[in-house]
Formats: sequence, C-alpha cells, structure tokens
Amino acid sequence: MDKGKGGARRWAIEFSETASSRDVPDPPGFLRSSLDLDEAVSGRQKKDTDTSWKQQKAWEVAQAPFKNLLMMGFMMWMAGNTVHLFSIGITISALWQPISALQSVGKVFEPFQDARTDTLLPKICFICLNIAGLLLGLWKLNSLGLLPTHVSDWVSSLPPAPMAEFSGGGIPFK
Amino acid sequence: MLIVTSIDLHTESGKGKLLLILGDRHLLGVSSVDGALKWSIESKELSDNGEMNIKKIVQHDEKSIYGVGFLSLSGFVVWDIDAKTGHINSRDVITHHQELSMNDLIVTESSVISLDRDGKNIVWISLNQQVLQIASIERHIPDGKGRPHLMEEHAGNIFVLKFKNQISLVNLGSSNVPELIQSLQDHSIVSLGIALPGGDKHALSVIQQVSEDKINVHIFMEEGDKIKVSSELVGSDIQRGFVKKAYLNAYTRNDRSHGFRVLVVAEDSSLSLLQQGEMVWNREDGLASIIEASTAELPLEKEGVSVARVEHSLLEWLKGHWLKLKTALMVASVEEAAAVQALRLKSTDKTKMSRDHNGFRKLLVVLTKTGKLYTLHTGDGRIVWSSFISGFRRSGGKLTMLKLLPWQVPHKHAMHENPVFLVAAKVASEENKFGLLAWVDAYSGMEINSVRLTYFIEQIIPLPLTDGAEQRLHIIIDDHANAHLFPATDESLQIFLEHAQSTYFYMTDKEKGTITGFAVKGPQTASPLSPSDGVLFRSQQLWTIMFPSDTERIVTTATRRVDEVVHTQAKILTNQDVLYKYLNKNTLFVATIAPSGAEAFGETSPEENWLVVYIIDTITGRILYRLKHSGMCGPVHAVFSENWIVYHYFNVRAHRFEYSVIEMYDRNRIDNKNMLQFMLGKDNATATLSSYSHVDLDVKTQSYFFSHSIKALTVTSTARGITGKQILVGSVGDQILALDKRFFDPRRTAEPTQAEKEDGIIPLTDAIPILPQFYLSHAYRVEGLRGIITVPAGLESTSLVFAYGVDLFYTHTAPSRIYDSLTGEFNYALLLITIFALLIAIIISWILSERKELKEKWK
Repeated sequence: MDKGKGGARRWAIEFSETASSRDVPDPPGFLRSSLDLDEAVSGRQKKDTDTSWKQQKAWEVAQAPFKNLLMMGFMMWMAGNTVHLFSIGITISALWQPISALQSVGKVFEPFQDARTDTLLPKICFICLNIAGLLLGLWKLNSLGLLPTHVSDWVSSLPPAPMAEFSGGGIPFK
Repeated sequence: MLIVTSIDLHTESGKGKLLLILGDRHLLGVSSVDGALKWSIESKELSDNGEMNIKKIVQHDEKSIYGVGFLSLSGFVVWDIDAKTGHINSRDVITHHQELSMNDLIVTESSVISLDRDGKNIVWISLNQQVLQIASIERHIPDGKGRPHLMEEHAGNIFVLKFKNQISLVNLGSSNVPELIQSLQDHSIVSLGIALPGGDKHALSVIQQVSEDKINVHIFMEEGDKIKVSSELVGSDIQRGFVKKAYLNAYTRNDRSHGFRVLVVAEDSSLSLLQQGEMVWNREDGLASIIEASTAELPLEKEGVSVARVEHSLLEWLKGHWLKLKTALMVASVEEAAAVQALRLKSTDKTKMSRDHNGFRKLLVVLTKTGKLYTLHTGDGRIVWSSFISGFRRSGGKLTMLKLLPWQVPHKHAMHENPVFLVAAKVASEENKFGLLAWVDAYSGMEINSVRLTYFIEQIIPLPLTDGAEQRLHIIIDDHANAHLFPATDESLQIFLEHAQSTYFYMTDKEKGTITGFAVKGPQTASPLSPSDGVLFRSQQLWTIMFPSDTERIVTTATRRVDEVVHTQAKILTNQDVLYKYLNKNTLFVATIAPSGAEAFGETSPEENWLVVYIIDTITGRILYRLKHSGMCGPVHAVFSENWIVYHYFNVRAHRFEYSVIEMYDRNRIDNKNMLQFMLGKDNATATLSSYSHVDLDVKTQSYFFSHSIKALTVTSTARGITGKQILVGSVGDQILALDKRFFDPRRTAEPTQAEKEDGIIPLTDAIPILPQFYLSHAYRVEGLRGIITVPAGLESTSLVFAYGVDLFYTHTAPSRIYDSLTGEFNYALLLITIFALLIAIIISWILSERKELKEKWK
C-alpha cells in the first residue's frame, strides 16, 4: 500500500515562480499576462486528468485486499486443519493483516484525498474486503478448534460443586 | 503345654543334640540330626494317676537327664532318665510336711528350689544328696515385702526372688544356706543366666531402671563359691521408656578376665547394646511397627540470613555448576568427577530443616504400636525427634494406639504456628474402658495437652471446618453413638452449630453386617463446656443397611480421602463431548463376599463364591450402584478417588487375580447446559449439591487380570489434582508398583478410534501389564509392607510416596512426568554460557555489519 505513495517526492525545486525571480524585472518583450493565461488553461486540463487518475488509483488501492484474500485462502487451504506452527502462523497473519489495514484506512487514502476526489466508495470497498479477510481468518481459527464455541471450552476447569451435607465415619475401633 | 529343651548327646554317629519335648501326655526325645524320634515316655509310666507330673527337665550328665515335678502337694519327685534310651533309671520322692507352692519351681545347677504355699520359706533339695532343706525368707531377706515368687531366670546357684517392691538375688551355694547377694528396688529386669566359656562360671545381669533416662546394669558372676558383683550406670539422651528385656553376653578380654555386654530391648522396641557403661549402638526397631503415618510442613526459612552466607553458597553453587559443565564437556579430571559425584550424593539442600519451594522437604510423623511418636525427615530419613506421650503412659492399663490426625496445619493467618497432631488411644480392660487424646507439637515433640476421656472412642471424624487458629474441628463418636465435639471452645461450638444440621455419620459393623447412618442432634450440655470431654451431641439413627449374613459378609470398605483435591468436575473427550464426574464426597464403597469364600483357600467351588460391590450414599443410605461378580472371592483391596473405584480380588473360575474399575458420571448434568449460559456465567454447575436430590448415574465398568496378589492399594495425590493419577500397588514381593490410571480406563476398546487415541485410550488387553519401569521401589524390597501413604508435593506434577512395613521406603513419583520444573541435573551453567556466547556473537556481528555498511557508503 505504501507503493501508492511511492511517487511522493522527497524534495523539489520550484523553478517556475519564486519570490526572488519576481524581484528581477522581466526581460523586454516578455508579456507575463499571456503566459499566465496559457498556463491557466493547461493547468485546468492537467488538474482534471490528475483527479481522474487519483480516483482510479484509489479504486486500485481499495481492491488490493481482494488479491490478498485469494492468496490467504490458498495458503490456508495448504496449511490444513491441524494445529501446528505453520497453520497458526498463517492464521495469525490472516487475522493481523486486515486489522492493521483497517486501522490505517485513513492513511492509505490520504494521497488521493482532496476536495474534488471522492474516496468514500473506495474506502467502503476497502473496509468490506478487509472485513471479509478477517472473517476468513476467524473461520480458519474456528476450524482449527481454537475458538471457544463448545461447552467443553467453558467447563474444562469447572471446580467440583460443594456438597450441602457432610458425612464421615467408618468401622469402629475395637 | 509344650516345653522344648535341648541337651548335648554323644552318639555313635558323632555329636548331636537331643531335643526334649514335654507335652501333656508324653515326654519325647527327638534327635536334632535327623529329626527321628529316639524314645517316648508316656505319663502313666511316670506316675500312678496318669497325669504328666514333670515340670522341669535338666541335664544331669552326658548319659542321663533329670525330670523334676511335684508329688501331690507336698513333695518333690525326681526321675532319673537315660538320655539314650528313655529308660527310667530311678524315681526318688522327697516329701515335706507342708504344702508347696505349685507355681514356684526352678532347677538350678545342683538343687531343686521351691517355696512353701504361703511363701514364707524357701524349700529346696540338693540333687546329689536328695535331702529336703528349709530356710525362712524373713530371716534371710528381711526387707522383702509381700509374698515372693521365684523368677525363672537363674545362673549357677544364683536365683531371684521377686517381691512386691523389689527383687532379691540369692545365692544357694555349697554352704547350704541361702545367702542374700543384693536387693534391687525400682523397675528391674533380669536377664537369662549364661554359662561362661571355659570353666563352670555363671553370670546373670539385672537391668535396673533408675530414672527415665538412666539405667543401672548389674552383673552377678558366680566364680566357685564367690559372687562378683559389678554395676555400671548408663545414660541415654533419648526417651526409650522402661526396659522390657535384657540378654547377657560374655566375651573374654585380653587379660583372660570376663567382659560382659547386654542387649537391651526397651519399651519402644528399640535395641541397644550396652558395654562398659556405654551404649555401643542402637537400633530403632520400633519403626517396624508403624500403625499410622502423616506429614507436616517444615518451618519457613528464617529471615535475615547474612549476605556472607548467601555469597558463599552462590560461590559454591557456581563452582558446582562449573564442575558439572566440565564433566558434561568431558574435560574434568578424575578428582573433579569424584567431587561432582560427592556433591550429587550430598546435595545438602535436601536435608535442611526448612520448607523448600517445591514442597519436597517434609516431616513424616509416624505413630508406632508401642505408643511412641517419631518424626522422620524426608531428605535423608533421619529421626528428628521421638517421644512417648507421657499422658498416655500415666493412664495405666493396656494401651492401644488408634489414630494420628493433623490437628492444626499452619495455613493462612496461622502461618507461624507450629503444626499440631492429635493422637488417640484407648485403654480396654475388664473393669474400665476409656479413650485418651493427646496433642503433640510436630516440631519439638512436646506434648501440649492430653486428656483422659470418660467414654470409649469408636471413631474420630475430622470435619471440613477449622476455627480461627486453624485448628480442625473433630467429632468423636463414643460407644453409645454420641458425638463429642473437639476443640471444646465457644468459638468452635459456634462454627459447628452452623453446620450441625447437615452433619451426619455412619458406622460399619463388620460382624453384624450392617451399615447405620446417624444425624447429629443438638448439644446436650449448655455452657460451661468441659474441655476434657468435648461438647456432647446426641444422635438420631436415620437408616440401616443390613447385608444378609448367610449370603454376604462385609470385607472391605473404601471412601474418598478427606483432603482430596479435585481440579474439575468435567471430563472432556476429543469430540468436544463433556462427561460430568459424579463427585459426591459422601459415598462409600462396600465389598461383600460369600461367607463360604472365607473358608480355607481352594476348598470352595466357583459357584459358591461371589463378590458384591455397593456404592452407598452415606447421607441417605441410598444404594447408588450394585454389582455382583460371580465366582470371585477375597481378599478385596479397594481404592476410591474422585469418581472412580479400583478394586482387586481373586477370580476363582479363571484362577487369577483381577482388578475391576467403576467410574461414575452424572447424567443429570449432561443435557441442560448450553454454551451461552457458561459464557455469561449463568450456569449452575458449581451450585451446592445435596444428596437428597435426584441421582442419575452413568456407570462404566471394566475388569482386567493381574498376575499378583497385593498387600496394599492406594493412589497418588497432587496439590491441585490436575496431574494424572497412578495406582500404587504394594506387591506380594514387598515392592511398590506404580500403574498408570489409564490402564484402568473403562473406555478402553480393542481398537480405539483416532479420536480415542488422542484421548490417551490404550488398546484393550485382558491383563494389566507389569513393565520393569513400573517398579517405583526399583530393586529394593520393603520387607513386610503394610501400608503406603501419598502426600502432594508443592509441585503439581509430583506426589510423595511413603511405604512402611518392617522397612521404610520413601520416594517421589510424577504420574505425568515432571512438566513443571527442571531436574536437578539440568545444567544452568551451560545455559548461561550459551546465552552469553550468543549475546557476544550478536554484538560482534552488529559491529561488523555497521562497519561494512559505512564502507559501502564511502565507495
């Protein structure tokens, strides 16, 4: 998911307009106003393409857990239903990944967030897919028998019931 | 009457002994070489009335023996009998004008001695001259009080007269006048006289009890006509009670004089050898007669141990582990290996007199038949203290020890109190019959209190209640089925009254074949309480179970241990099913057998034998379960724990010993539980149970053959009851076998399914196997094994086992292996060194990788 932000620049030098460049008078014959107009037109176009690109990217990110889900399912099938190190590891990661993804929902969609991009639907999609992943993990946990869903899981350390009466005795000493 | 005397006899076939057997009708001479009957004399050959008149037999010379007896009431008869043929050579009668005392007759070296009927005179005849002589006792022994008796013990011409208050040693030498040697007061024991090697010297010893811990050893040696008397005072720091028996033994010193040693049997059955005024050795043979055993915790480690000691022990500890490491790496020298071995053997930790973390160090408190209490340390089996209960000894009469019960166990708020034990005994004689109680401090052996009860103790029942000082409440049942509450304080009475309504007791009468249940009824005595007799409660008979005496006879009963800890009431199977154990504490297992089965072994047919077992609720008298085994007979041994009973008996039909197991599950609880109730804690699984509620038992049984007859049967016990159980069997070969309870599982099938295998079900076999590793006692034999007790250790995995008989044996057992601690052999030093080495490796590799990275960056 971090890959989506991968393009974020570490640093940038703005050559176009700086305060210092303004201090220097324009060369003769250079009309700043026409240039500004020109730039405004191309800028609008650019911004439009940027928005749709962002939207597209947001959807891509939202759908990413689906692949993950498939892969997890395959891994779980491979791991089998007996409790051992491998199956427990897979199950834990299957539970942990959706949870951590859900925790960072805001962060994931942050790069695409602006006034003109609607990230609500991708977010919902993302959340749904992760919840599905979580359920898959829980189902696996249950099929491993690690969820306390039987009476036996609750009575294993049930202390014996106290007796209302007491009785003692035996064979008399002769 | 049967008297066996042996005399030396020279026969053609060499030296041998002739055994003389005196019966009611015959005097027999039997050769000790081949057991052949040499001769026999019938009583009518000896006298006219046909009665056996010979009372004593002595050897006269190599060829003849003397038989001595009384003639009617006033005379002696001496028969001279040929030792080889049994021919009566002569019969001499010496009469006296007064009647003789028929109970007093001894035959010394040269005379026959008796007393007259009133005990006023000594009457004797010399065997050589056969002349009757009389001497007045009053004149010769003026300080003797009361009617004297002749004691059997004599040596040479020395004989002993026992008066009421003293014993008097008298010499009847050649002067023909009884000569008083010495009179001894106090409690005195006379040893048998011995003939000294080389020459006709004789000796006799008298052990005189001067005080509780001091005895005076008198030795009387007869040398010709002279009597040599020597006395030595021997002290002992251990209380041993009165001397019961003494045996004299002589040896020749370097200067050819005679030395003596005396073997003394004391009241506590201990043996001591006394020589030259010192106790040479001592054996605590009283420990061979243990009747009850219990354990007490040792005191807590004292605070404020100096730093130096800790450092020292730390250094020692490190050194020990360094040596162990060296041996593990096989670089240790021979001396070092020996040092490690010595360390292991010594392991001083084991013998400390303080509580250890794992609860392995304990005091074993044992009560012996002689009435002496001993405490042994489990670390090395040494005796920490031993003492008689003085309150019992003062009571007089024949004392029988009954029970040893933990009275006060340091616990909770009474942590710093010493543990106290209650000892119960009884005195039963023709005229009076009463019980005795004593309270003894387990650390010092001090008797805190002792009382003489006005009633007889039939049974002592420890209640599941304790008072503020952690003293356990007990009720004592007397012979009129009254209950007496102890301790008799207001506090304990208040505590008991809250529970008196639900307190019951039962009595099993083996002779009548009945079991009777009683309820306790309100206190009879209003305060003031009598602290020596307890608070009296009457009882009301509620029910009686009568076993028909012509078909059934009670042989064995078993109940659950009072202090048994059960971890859970549920048994969970692999398929998530739950079985609820039937854990009613008030259940009694009773085994009865056919009366004919009690007859001599092998005389009855399988059809005449049966074994019936019952499980009875002791509150209501309800028979919960009954099972009849046809063709089985006793002896029956049984052990009852949690919800199961294992019992051992003999199968007459198959001619093999057998075990049966009964497991009880409560069917009432199976259905009405769903998980949500448990999740929300709304279940009533831990609600109080009553014996009066409906019972629906699911009983599972199974039987297995076993190759041994057994002497004792018990089960391991652990601190929390989580660990699996082992059945401990005292085998007929005096060994202890630990059999896993899983062998007795009634759910065993011939081919267990995968799920059952996961449950630990062993495939069904017809017999319980005995594998060499089951022998808990290894190659040792606990001679005369009588009982085994088990005590939980502090570690849940471990149970302490103490077996007693003539020998004592103590060990640990871990039924599910030791899963909660590292063994003593574990090499901590190796672990520490490994961790240390790994840490260093991590640091070095980290530094190297940092350096490499820096280099990469500069490239």
